[in-house]
Amino acid sequence: MNNTPRLELQGMTKIYPSVIANDSIDLRIYPGEIHAVLGENGAGKSTLMKAIYGVVKPDRGRILWNGKPVVIQNPAHARKLGIGMVFQHFSLFETLTVTENIALAMDDSPRLEPLAERIRTVSADYGLPLDPERLVHSLSVGLRQRVEILRCLLQEPKLLIMDEPTSVLTPQAVRIMFDTLRRLAAEGCSILYISHKLDEIMELCHKATIIRGGKVTGYAKPAEETAASLARMMIGKELPICSGKRPVISGRKCLQVNDLSTKSADPFGTDLQAINFSVSEGEILGIAGISGNGQQELLYCLSGERLVDDKNLITIYDVPVGHLNPDQRRNLGLGFVPEERLGRGAVPGMSLTYNGILTAHRHGMVKNGLLRFRKAAEFAQQCITGFSVQCGSKDDPITSLSGGNMQKYITGREILQQPKLLIVSQPTWGVDVGAANVIRQAMIDLRNNGSAVLVVSEELDELFEICDRLIVLAQGRSSPSLQVQDTNKEEIGLWMSGMFPGGPKEKTPRTTTQEQDGYVC
Amino acid sequence: MDFAIFIKILIAAVAAGTPFVYAALGELVTEKSGVLNLGVEGMMLVGAITGFIAMAKTGSLLLAVGCGMTAGMLMAAIFGVLTLTLMANQVASGLALTIFGIGLSAFLGLKYTSIALPGIPELPIPLLSDIPVLGKLFFSYDILVYGSLALLAIVSWFLYKTRAGLILRGVGEAPKSAHALGYNVVRIRYIAVLFGGAMAGLGGVYLSVAYTPVWVEGMVAGRGWVSLALVVFATWRPLRVLFGAYLFGAITIAQFHIQGLGIDIPSQLLSMLPYLATILVLVVISRDLTAIRLNSPASLGITYHPENQ
Amino acid sequence: MFVRIEPRPEPSRVMKYCSPLIAAVLMLISGLIIFTLLGKDPVQAFHAFFIEPIHDLYGIGELFIKAAPLMLIGTGLAIGFRANIWNIGAEGQMALGAIFGGYIAIIFHGSSSHFILPLMILCGAIGGILWAAIPALLKTVFNANEILVSLMLNYVALLLLEFLVHGPLRDPNGYGFPQSVLFSDSAMLPILIEGTRLHLGVLISIIGVGIGWVFLEKGFTGYQLQVAGLAQKAATYAGFKYKKLIWIGMLSGGITAGIAGALEIAGPIGQLLPSVSPGYGYAAIIVAFVGRLHPGGIFLSSLLMALLYLGGESGQMNLDLPSAVTGIFQGLLLFYLLAADFLIHYRLRLNSRQRENG
Repeated sequence: MNNTPRLELQGMTKIYPSVIANDSIDLRIYPGEIHAVLGENGAGKSTLMKAIYGVVKPDRGRILWNGKPVVIQNPAHARKLGIGMVFQHFSLFETLTVTENIALAMDDSPRLEPLAERIRTVSADYGLPLDPERLVHSLSVGLRQRVEILRCLLQEPKLLIMDEPTSVLTPQAVRIMFDTLRRLAAEGCSILYISHKLDEIMELCHKATIIRGGKVTGYAKPAEETAASLARMMIGKELPICSGKRPVISGRKCLQVNDLSTKSADPFGTDLQAINFSVSEGEILGIAGISGNGQQELLYCLSGERLVDDKNLITIYDVPVGHLNPDQRRNLGLGFVPEERLGRGAVPGMSLTYNGILTAHRHGMVKNGLLRFRKAAEFAQQCITGFSVQCGSKDDPITSLSGGNMQKYITGREILQQPKLLIVSQPTWGVDVGAANVIRQAMIDLRNNGSAVLVVSEELDELFEICDRLIVLAQGRSSPSLQVQDTNKEEIGLWMSGMFPGGPKEKTPRTTTQEQDGYVC
Repeated sequence: MDFAIFIKILIAAVAAGTPFVYAALGELVTEKSGVLNLGVEGMMLVGAITGFIAMAKTGSLLLAVGCGMTAGMLMAAIFGVLTLTLMANQVASGLALTIFGIGLSAFLGLKYTSIALPGIPELPIPLLSDIPVLGKLFFSYDILVYGSLALLAIVSWFLYKTRAGLILRGVGEAPKSAHALGYNVVRIRYIAVLFGGAMAGLGGVYLSVAYTPVWVEGMVAGRGWVSLALVVFATWRPLRVLFGAYLFGAITIAQFHIQGLGIDIPSQLLSMLPYLATILVLVVISRDLTAIRLNSPASLGITYHPENQ
Repeated sequence: MFVRIEPRPEPSRVMKYCSPLIAAVLMLISGLIIFTLLGKDPVQAFHAFFIEPIHDLYGIGELFIKAAPLMLIGTGLAIGFRANIWNIGAEGQMALGAIFGGYIAIIFHGSSSHFILPLMILCGAIGGILWAAIPALLKTVFNANEILVSLMLNYVALLLLEFLVHGPLRDPNGYGFPQSVLFSDSAMLPILIEGTRLHLGVLISIIGVGIGWVFLEKGFTGYQLQVAGLAQKAATYAGFKYKKLIWIGMLSGGITAGIAGALEIAGPIGQLLPSVSPGYGYAAIIVAFVGRLHPGGIFLSSLLMALLYLGGESGQMNLDLPSAVTGIFQGLLLFYLLAADFLIHYRLRLNSRQRENG
């Protein structure tokens, strides 16, 4: 390897009014190196990458590019230097075509027809085939990521930044992407790989910089470390594990979904086709799958935010509920934590107390059409204490909470209403390790007390840790259920791409379709 | 119906529809960038009176057009500062702009209420305008009518054939993505807002200088609001704006012709027609949620905060 | 020296209440500048515009007479605005209230029954509700934009009123003038204070604001409207019925505007005319915003807006100031408010170069 680092960061600092996102971070990456930036959610990884890509202006610090100091003005400048970035939350335009999307990221205003041709060749060359004429909204999440990756590859980058790229991929597709990344590295491209998944980093990366609370807490060679030692550097202690799972209780069937089919309300959404499953008292059922395979649509139907034409398609304790709105379903014992926190699960611009009223108003907080503020305040205080939510007071705006604390508050609000059925979507998205543990433990405790729990998650590790049974959702269809102890991540991963009995890919394993490699379309 | 009368109505509809063409195409570009400016009525009014004053003082159409467009742009600039720089609510800011425009135009027009202008001459295109019937129908309008057709061509070409147009649509579709790719969302939106203001101003000038060349307080009479509805009616596609504009032009003049035909309906009831038609059109178009979603800019009306991470 | 803008970690509560004051002060300063530009002595003009109209009891009565419809409608509109339901049709709904209320007064002309006034107000409310129901219906059933529909209906309502006073409701003995008969005393609101024109309608309006306050600040429905306005998805998530909220939001504006319309013709006007409102329906939008969509604030801002109306009249009479200045002031006030609201979420920091280096 060359002696001059491709990129060197010296004392990078970014201060936001409420938090120091990056505190004098040093980092060095050489040509051909795959370098991990490891840290838990909220550690400041994304801010650091945005600073390198010119989206965020650092308050202090230096960037050396091939040994020479540079001030990266904006993303166009970064691209000119040879830096490409694949964003975690894609920066795509849904109603434009793949070609138009890629053209928008090119700085030399290319003509569209030759560009489409190049997209075709380069994408096939890297084993990531893509149709340039497709509108982006018609692509699966995995394919959208391909658009992002191709957008970078077409510029022949010297440094590629990948921000949490694997959450939208099945384990099999992850391997294909790793092959592509290794090949890029072999060609001399440096890769900054941002993740909080330890096993991936140990498998892929040559070196790692570990960040906690905006500061570097260590440098490592992942191959020489263990998951435990990396975790210690990442969170400062051992990875907490949930406890107290009791053996299976065979309770009554609580939630039953019978052959549920609906057209998505969003023209860009996924239609549900003959979804079948049930959840019983005293069990946690997990729904695995990459987001965008019908999870949102299914949850809208289950929560009542979308009504179902035939009320019998969904039942709670044999009572048809398909026609009931969320309020009425809650009266039957439903609790629901959606994946969007701010703006759906919680109201920005309102205090914690007022956010408690949102779903808990049925518990004596309204009398004669008027609000009873004392009751609401008491309840909010219970949520804060019961779920160790770190906040100034119950009268603070909900937006003052960190992601993890907000999720604890919302989950607490739903659980303290003692639901018979709790549905949680992506319980730990963007949540720090400590809060994630509190939330998972709370779900297990609820199960142990005899409630039925349904968890929808992208994180297989999480599902295997807390669930009793798993089903998979792929292209709007549901798989049969498997006991957790009877299956493994490999099998669930294959199912996630639709290859399960009765699934969309059952009869055509590995054929000529462009998503043959395990991407879900 | 007599064919000649029919042609006459069509020609009159084109003239009556031209203010809509300008204002609605301008608003379409503004909305394509993701900004909803409800102040079209106010911008048209201020454009109309400044154009009228310029015309009355100098007799120069060019100056009238220039002043009207500049005035419209200045109005739009106020809106831009509020919504783009100060991140105020777009609905409230647009309403404020209209209320302000009504007051300002009435104020500026105080000394001009009883003056009539000569109007602007028709510019028959040589040879083509001599073709029987078609010549009159297509080739003998005043220059501002031709200008509105040129505007349509330019806007269509710009939006769908140029890179700048692609960027503008991108900004309206996903401002965050555009920002992440390094585009200056606020600056691009400013340009779109100012363009919308200039076109609304020009639409106003056409009204006060060419269509009915006298100044009457509040003479835009809801045409700015109809233009907003036309953008929805056209599902954000320029050519349909033209069609809608002429349709509304026809409805606007229909009242005079119905009375001319000797049908006895009170004038106030006939004057309701364009407004009722607007409601009808909105109802018909808005039912199709999919078409709206596929064609409307996804970020329309939503304040964008570049500061937020 | 530089001014730097930075987001506040949390919205400032102080600024939330200060920004209407800042807006009002900026508007007054602009007023002085405008007066000067018009070649008037700014101090004298300021006095004529803002002091003269309310220097005596009669003037204060006039202030409340003008403020009454503004505060009532402003409160009704705020209920919808809180849920992002934009009823811009108060002007038309007010006209319908006047038409319905006026019709009662006309058909019972000459009767001295005590029921006429309550009936007028009731029918006015119904008129406003019916007119507001159109955009509500079209929004809930066809998803038609309520801003444009309610606005178009303003033009339709004003034309309708004009048609009626030119035709069916014209005073047969009125020498062909477009106006109805003068209402009998039984259809006129009683005066509350001797020496002023302060009528019962003002009291009714203030009571209306009070009801709005309880509804919005203490009521569960008010809470639901607020949630829907801040995050519509959260309202759906909680199971609040959005369509019901649309109806409530639209009709609250309709009922208040309708009542205000009836009160206007039964109060200061006393008959049906081709125009029954100098733009109260639009001005009430500004009143609602400047009052922070809060009934208490709306009460105060309606007084300010009423002063602008009175000032316009007084300035015209005493100094030959064009009355159109009032419209400019109204627009400016809302501009300044929207601009000042920036300070709720952002703060300005004065930065010198040295500090940046140090």
